Amino acid sequence: MTAAVAVKGKDLEVDEEGYLVKLSDWSEDVGKAMAAEDGLVLTPNHWEVINFLREYYDEFQIAPAIRVLTKAIGKKLGPEKGSTKYLYELFPYGPAKQACRYAGLPKPTGCI
Amino acid sequence: MAKPDFNVPRLAEYLEPPQLAPDAMAGSKPFKASRQHQAALGFPGELVENWEEVAIAKLGELLGKYRSLRVYLDGCVKCGACTDKCHYFLGTGDPKNMPVARQDLLRSVYRRYFTPAGKLFPKLVGARDLDNSVLDEWYSYFHQCSQCRRCSLFCPFGIDTAEISAAAREILDAIGVGQKYCNEILGKVHAIGNNLGLPGAALQDTLAGLEEDVKADTGVDVRFPLNVEGAEVLLIPPSADFFAEPHVDGLIGYAKVLHQAGITWTLSSYASEAANFAMFIGNYEQMRKVALRIRKAALDLKVKRIVIGECGHAWRVAYSFLNTLAGPFDFLDRNYPVPQHIVEITHDLITRGAIRLDREANDHIKVTFHDSCNVARASRMGDRPGGQFVLPREVINASCNHFHDMDPDTIGERTFCCGGGGGLLTDDLLELRVKGALPRMQALRQVQQEHGVTHIAAICAICKSQFTKVLPFYGFPMDAVVSVHQLVSNAIQLGAKA
Ligand code: SF4
Ligand code: SF4
Repeated sequence: MTAAVAVKGKDLEVDEEGYLVKLSDWSEDVGKAMAAEDGLVLTPNHWEVINFLREYYDEFQIAPAIRVLTKAIGKKLGPEKGSTKYLYELFPYGPAKQACRYAGLPKPTGCI
Repeated sequence: MAKPDFNVPRLAEYLEPPQLAPDAMAGSKPFKASRQHQAALGFPGELVENWEEVAIAKLGELLGKYRSLRVYLDGCVKCGACTDKCHYFLGTGDPKNMPVARQDLLRSVYRRYFTPAGKLFPKLVGARDLDNSVLDEWYSYFHQCSQCRRCSLFCPFGIDTAEISAAAREILDAIGVGQKYCNEILGKVHAIGNNLGLPGAALQDTLAGLEEDVKADTGVDVRFPLNVEGAEVLLIPPSADFFAEPHVDGLIGYAKVLHQAGITWTLSSYASEAANFAMFIGNYEQMRKVALRIRKAALDLKVKRIVIGECGHAWRVAYSFLNTLAGPFDFLDRNYPVPQHIVEITHDLITRGAIRLDREANDHIKVTFHDSCNVARASRMGDRPGGQFVLPREVINASCNHFHDMDPDTIGERTFCCGGGGGLLTDDLLELRVKGALPRMQALRQVQQEHGVTHIAAICAICKSQFTKVLPFYGFPMDAVVSVHQLVSNAIQLGAKA
């Protein structure tokens, strides 16, 4: 099966769970289009998370652990926002999975 | 929490027998493994052409290899004792989730091809041909069994549905119909060393962050050593302990305990995973390959002891099979059991007064304990029978003042699965996971109402993630689950020795 996300009239291939198949297909518009499908408008705070995920992935070839993520976001947006709770407010389906999807990263696997 | 597109069961006064809902879960099927996931494990990439033949041959091979499988398939007298013992039946009402019905999905095919009566008079003995509809049912309902073995406890013949499910999944893999969740993960363990696919550099970075955090919290330099040759203990946690909450709070607890006890220890980036998903797919060669990573890491790092972190099925594999799979471990210190569980270490240190805990540190919560199925029904801890129930509770009681057990029918060896074990902890099975959690949620609600319990402690990475996900569906906060060593971490007195 091939599913796709439509970005600017172009269909980009995603897997059965909606994650981008080719990392290089990503652009900010992909994140926006995926969020729109979930009925979500991405704010600058969403983008802080997404951008951090992409930077981290670029360096380590994996998404950051939840603690690494909350700490980084706390530094960027203020300590009261450096919490799992805040990340769930931004990404109700779970920061690791939903935010990774918008960031064009593969889905984290394992007992998580 | 996202809105579910299915009905979440209602938590009633007590656990009621479900309304029968035939085929209610027939549509529940996990994503199939891709060609690449299959290839990484040496399985065919798609349904092979002569799949019926291959499946029957595989079943024959398994019957030859595992005598128990034939005994289980022959032995059922349809007494019905197991029917209402499965959490997935209780949560879904689908009669095919009765353990005996689940077994019959394989048994009927076994009878047809491997018993004289089934070959001659199939209809009379409930034997049936292997065809597409059977295959479909296998894929669906053998992925609705968490291999928790609760049913076998109530069967007068001890028939183990978990073993039957594992055999069925092995047949499915052999004909090219694998499950994505398990097989993708096993591929990552072979390639990278853990279920997450967390490479060494990321692991190092994560651990450095934890050292910073603990220092900021406590003022003490607690180390999280990685790949340190000559350490006494090689600690093998489930990789979720590096990544997720509340798992990581447990990892911090192990580190504090080992630090305070003055035991030198190390993690390994090569064997950075306690879990062994090969058990879930019933594949011995895969299980051995994963277990051998632990042996190699222990040899390379020249450690004297192997200690397993909070992971349920990992402890079963380690406790029951590690020596057979990857032994002999004659190069380790024979004064300690091989392997040991981190709870055994902490328990011993508490008993000897070698670490001190301040129970008041957990006075803000009231705790209950969820026995993980693989620890409860397939392993032991310490040197007394039932130690796997006693030791964790004693560690919890030494760490907090308010502990209340759940209904005795739902704990100890009768414990209910969290609903996400056995390779089912995946989003494509969310409905099954939520419904299968019903009996556990029921028991939790009861201690919440009667004793004001606020938190459920667990010693398994799968249980912790499963609860985090399903608790909100039943009106509990997602962070109402804690690691056992998180309680220890909160309570342990660091610094000056007593
Ligand atoms: S092993 Fe557990 S999940 Fe499987 S049928 Fe038995 S009770 Fe149900
Ligand atoms: S309890 Fe055992 S013998 Fe009785 S129906 Fe279940 S599997 Fe068969």
